[in-house]
Amino acid sequence: MRLVLEKRGERSHRMALLSPLIAIALTLITGGIIFALKGLNPFAALYVYFVEPLTTSWSIEQLFIKATPLALIGAGLGVSYLANVWNIGAEGQLTAGAILGSAIPVFFPEMQTLLTLLLMLGLGVIGGMVFAAIPAFLKNRFSANEILTSLMLVYVVQLILDWLVRGPWRDPKGYNFPKTISFSGWQTLPSFEVLPPSMGPLYVNLGAVLAVLVVVALAFMMGRTLKGFELRVQGVAPRAGRFAGFSREKTVWFCFLLSGGLAGLAGICEVMSTVGQLQPGISPGYGFTAIIVAFLGRLNPVGALVAAFALAISYLGGESAQVALGISDKTARVFQGILLFYILACDSLILYRLRITGLGGKVAEGRA
Amino acid sequence: MNELLSIVLTIITAATPLLLASIGELVVERSGVLNLGVEGMMAVGAVCGFGAALMTGSPLVGVLAAIAAGVILSMLFGFLTLTMVSNQVATGLALTLLGLGLAGMIGEGFVGQPGVKLEKISIPGLTGIPFIGPVLFGQDLLVYVSLIIVAATSYVLFRTKTGLIIRAVGDSHQSAHALGYSVIGVRYLCVMFGGACSGLAGGYLSLVYTPQWVENMTAGRGWIALALVVFASWLPWRLAIGAYLFGTITILGFSLQAVGIGIPSQLLSSLPYVVTILALVVISGNRALTRANTPACLGQPFVPDR
Amino acid sequence: MKIWMAMAAALALSVSAGAAQAADKLKACWVYVGPVGDFGYSYQHDQGRKAVEKELGDKVETVFLENVAEGPDAERAIERLAREGCKIIFTTSFGFMDPTIKVAAKYPDIKFEHATGYKMADNVAIYNARFYEGRYVMGQVAAKMSKTGVAGYIVSFPIPEVVMGINAFMLGAQSVNPDFKIKIVWVNSWYDPGKEADAAKVLFGQGADIMVQHTDSTAPLQIAEEQGKLGFGQSSDMIKFAPKAQLSANTDDWDPYYVARVKAVLDSTWKSGSTWGGMKDGMVVLSPFTNMPDDVKKMAEDSVAKIKSGELLPFTGPITKQDGTTVGEAGKSLPDEELLGMNYYIKGIDDKLPQ
Repeated sequence: MRLVLEKRGERSHRMALLSPLIAIALTLITGGIIFALKGLNPFAALYVYFVEPLTTSWSIEQLFIKATPLALIGAGLGVSYLANVWNIGAEGQLTAGAILGSAIPVFFPEMQTLLTLLLMLGLGVIGGMVFAAIPAFLKNRFSANEILTSLMLVYVVQLILDWLVRGPWRDPKGYNFPKTISFSGWQTLPSFEVLPPSMGPLYVNLGAVLAVLVVVALAFMMGRTLKGFELRVQGVAPRAGRFAGFSREKTVWFCFLLSGGLAGLAGICEVMSTVGQLQPGISPGYGFTAIIVAFLGRLNPVGALVAAFALAISYLGGESAQVALGISDKTARVFQGILLFYILACDSLILYRLRITGLGGKVAEGRA
Repeated sequence: MNELLSIVLTIITAATPLLLASIGELVVERSGVLNLGVEGMMAVGAVCGFGAALMTGSPLVGVLAAIAAGVILSMLFGFLTLTMVSNQVATGLALTLLGLGLAGMIGEGFVGQPGVKLEKISIPGLTGIPFIGPVLFGQDLLVYVSLIIVAATSYVLFRTKTGLIIRAVGDSHQSAHALGYSVIGVRYLCVMFGGACSGLAGGYLSLVYTPQWVENMTAGRGWIALALVVFASWLPWRLAIGAYLFGTITILGFSLQAVGIGIPSQLLSSLPYVVTILALVVISGNRALTRANTPACLGQPFVPDR
Repeated sequence: MKIWMAMAAALALSVSAGAAQAADKLKACWVYVGPVGDFGYSYQHDQGRKAVEKELGDKVETVFLENVAEGPDAERAIERLAREGCKIIFTTSFGFMDPTIKVAAKYPDIKFEHATGYKMADNVAIYNARFYEGRYVMGQVAAKMSKTGVAGYIVSFPIPEVVMGINAFMLGAQSVNPDFKIKIVWVNSWYDPGKEADAAKVLFGQGADIMVQHTDSTAPLQIAEEQGKLGFGQSSDMIKFAPKAQLSANTDDWDPYYVARVKAVLDSTWKSGSTWGGMKDGMVVLSPFTNMPDDVKKMAEDSVAKIKSGELLPFTGPITKQDGTTVGEAGKSLPDEELLGMNYYIKGIDDKLPQ
């Protein structure tokens, strides 16, 4: 007996909607078995994992906080990957954005106006772009593989950050610990109340608002503009793109600057909200996780937003499972890996039909 | 002389796990598959190798267990990306996540236990020669294994029909399929070979490099291995040079520090990465070389039409 | 439909049952920066948590979150524990300082304890161990045991605690051999066995014959064992990994502090404050002196006794810095604030502190 995939004539719209549900069902069953083997009540465990993160306004706030950088970066990377430009170094661009944006409070600690906020965000974007420009330049000028250069630059910029916060940018009153001064007032992101106290209260910060705006803008660009068409053509049929007169070099620049700028924005937003200062650790690998987000979101900006929330739930769920059930951090990570596997595998059913070929040449077709 | 000897020996140990992991990935990528899960497979290889050696007392059993663990994990990756045609980049990243978690889970009982070390070999008469002896004839078994794998890979890929098939599958899966070769089958075997090498590299860490198990002991070496493959533009011998170059720069950084010249350590730590980028730029400048070697179907899924 | 209802009922039951069970126990919680399986820093803190469970039995329930990265996740992790009903929360890494202060402001009824930082509040106490006391004695032992007169020193990051340790080690060594030298390698990581092993090999190659580390893995000691050299363990007693090489290990013992503080919450006597405990308080413990002649062992044990009684203060002024200037009053220890912000090497270290 063998499993064989067969190409469908066209995308199955039914499967496009159904596949995440199948994946979740499979994950629930597998998860239930794992938890039962660990001697836990599987229903309670799954509740803690998937439902609890959605039950209180506090955890929903945390969900927004966690999903914001993932959505920002993932949406940009999705566009880039769709055009066959492989930016793997978003984590480095995030760090570069955080560094450049933080220059304002480090050098002008007294500056406290709306301009401070705008400058920091702007410099964050520029920092990410500048750093993303390096692999783009090396790709266009020397055809150096961008996967490698962008990945290597992650380590370099993290060491630059390390050097800055331990040396020149160190908080003079901080007992020589590696961190800059704490940011305050206009140096941090403002929050907005989106639900009144009677229903929450629920606050989201400016970063989350920006993420939604970015996703909408990118969705519009990809769906409704010539630029979006150009990028998609270059991804699907590079040769046709060349005949149509689209410049490959310009596309490389565009994709790197776009995804790098968004990663930089995500970086400065983290520094201005959850971290509150520049320090050696400013991101738990958001730039890498966002790669998964981009693919889970099927390289679609809106998809990235949804995927960012899904991943955020699995992170927060893993954490609450540690606290409520004493499940170790490793079990949570294994579970997350399995969830991703199911989602990725089930997505194939959109383009392919699953067939089980029997030994005697008999074919049993699983109609979906 | 003594100092030079110790530096050379240190470089060899530092380079071997990188070389093992990356030579496997090189074959995987030559067949057109990109498996970014090297780090995860290494971690599981490390913990299984450590555990098996601890339980049986035999480091060789540990080595075999490390290989087996890598193969099993790579088959999971193969099933998803080859049979289920899932996206290779995302699946590889998820494999890393899973592997690191799994390794931590398996290893919970092994923390704080000294491991069993795979000892260096000693050839009477040869190992005793000053300098040359310990460098050439006094390494652990896996150092020789890594170099043999490189030589064999180079031979098989470029001098045999098997190699021709692998490269054909990686360069143009449609034509390979049309010629009657099983693209998926070849890719499965290559992915499993990659898993075996990654597992072995992990085993090297927990059985030779530092005989112990701790979480996150792979410390990013899987990613460096991936980078080395591209750096080497998919050529086995260039890969060996790259791995040793990377090891050399890391170790020289430490040596410079220990001499006490006061260069920021971050600068020295970033040197291997910067040098890799620069070397890549130089190599890539020669377009003919890289173009010819890059597997054209790298990362593209294949589903046979029937 | 019926199945779903049954499932929901089972769910509700199991959740409420869990809540009822834990009601009258005191919940004590920990946040670790690394995995409990690091056999180093986080492992030692977790031993302290286990000691609390053992000591206070069914009066307490403990919970921990491991692998919490310093950065965006820290505040949420701490706040989650606060919301889950923890009455006392230990945040065990320097990078958790600001998040701890922020969360503590929101939950005035919960006690917080932050390790190795300097910010306090009414419900935030701080605690740390005087690791440097152990390092002073290690320096003395090293100077006695070394044949080449050179020790290798593997370090993570140039923060005051690490610099303080290097200086204390050298002061101890100089008290025995004024010409003692150290070679320092920064590996830019708290935890990377491979890199630490490489650094150890390089240092031995350059003539060091004693290995000291301020990183967490057992790798440097294992290399010492392999090469027939000597060394000191860090955080945990690592004698199992280097039975012939380990001279002693500078271990953190958080057990007494954690038990005392959780007890204080149980008795409602908890007060905020700053605890910087050393050998006297049992927070810094040198594991048994091994692989050395009896006279060296006796000297080391004497020094430990003197440090405990307060007769020996490792940082007794005046202390000469590298640039020749001096700090501290004669006969008195440097004040704690001076130590906590230490960012210079003392005279006799031929290296530049990375700034």
